[in-house]
Amino acid sequence: MAFLRAFGSYVPPRVVTNEDLAALAGKPAEWIRNASGIDERRWASDEVTVADLGVAAASDCLRRAGLAASELGLILVASGSGERRFPGPASAVALGLGLDATPAVDLPIASAGSLYGMALGARLAEDYGNVLVVAAEKMSAVVKRTPFDPNTGILFGDGAGACLISAGEGALRVVDSLLLSDGSGAASLRLDWETGLSMEGMAVIMNAARRVPAAIAALLARNGRTPGETGLFVMHQANLNLILRVAKTLGVSPDRFFNNIARYGNTSSASLLIAAAEADFSASPVCFAAFGAGWHWGALLAERV
Amino acid sequence: MSTRDKVIEILNTATSKTYSGADDESLFDSGFLDSFGLTDVVAGLENAFGFKTPDGDLTPRKFETVEKMVAYVEDHRA
Repeated sequence: MAFLRAFGSYVPPRVVTNEDLAALAGKPAEWIRNASGIDERRWASDEVTVADLGVAAASDCLRRAGLAASELGLILVASGSGERRFPGPASAVALGLGLDATPAVDLPIASAGSLYGMALGARLAEDYGNVLVVAAEKMSAVVKRTPFDPNTGILFGDGAGACLISAGEGALRVVDSLLLSDGSGAASLRLDWETGLSMEGMAVIMNAARRVPAAIAALLARNGRTPGETGLFVMHQANLNLILRVAKTLGVSPDRFFNNIARYGNTSSASLLIAAAEADFSASPVCFAAFGAGWHWGALLAERV
Repeated sequence: MSTRDKVIEILNTATSKTYSGADDESLFDSGFLDSFGLTDVVAGLENAFGFKTPDGDLTPRKFETVEKMVAYVEDHRA
């Protein structure tokens, strides 16, 4: 049995508004808002690394949990925007926490990476003890390439989130999770070293709008639950219109879907954990869900103890 | 009602617009359909013609024109 014990987050201080991007994108600020639900996002300074962001979120999470980094048994770090092919940021995050012998594993899955980390961490907590899932993204480094792509450049922001999973204690018990992958969509959303970010937005939305609610419904059904009985949904913050669509498909009020995309934009894998760090879990059970490059997607069900 | 006419009806209902383009014209390039409109249209086709689109077929180009939608429906209808 595993528990979600605490969440943490960090976003860099620089705010980039839609007005700041309007000229660059060739789109009015209001168009950006209507198309995405985003008002502003954060962009980190040039010298800040993905691992720096991850360490800040990890530290926030450990502080909230009252746990020393030395008590961690495993670190899982999701990121799709690491600076190198290898190593990924996981070992640097561990080092930033003062750890030099704790296993640290990269999950280069992008948007669904933190959900994968939570699901796998819940399974591994029995063997490794305290598992820290970190998701860190510096998407500004991806979208600031020249020429600026208005279709992707307006969406993404920088930030990091973290989740501490323990076998013995925590406020939310992990009930079950469902992880799915389908490589047929790999070309539709990808980040190549040479050519940069490529996203067929229509394919992403079409697939996410169908696959996410199906995964949520399947996970809930196999645990004898329904969407209507779920107290709170926390999704990857990709697009507000997508979140609202998922709520509609499930027949659930959008009020039950936490969202903070207006303030941070799409921070890829980090968004789920940044959202969780700000969410109120007094309503239970809680369903986490994500969809992204791969395709990788899924859902995780947790309930208050 | 022909399959084509029903497809047009579904398109118009999903978008609250009236389609007047050619059957082989891209509904995406013309701006008639956006991402969420496409999702609604595919759901409308499924309901009207009694089939379920496999996940592997959730590719916009399969539904890019009226012509392609009609062909897809004819191949998959119940």
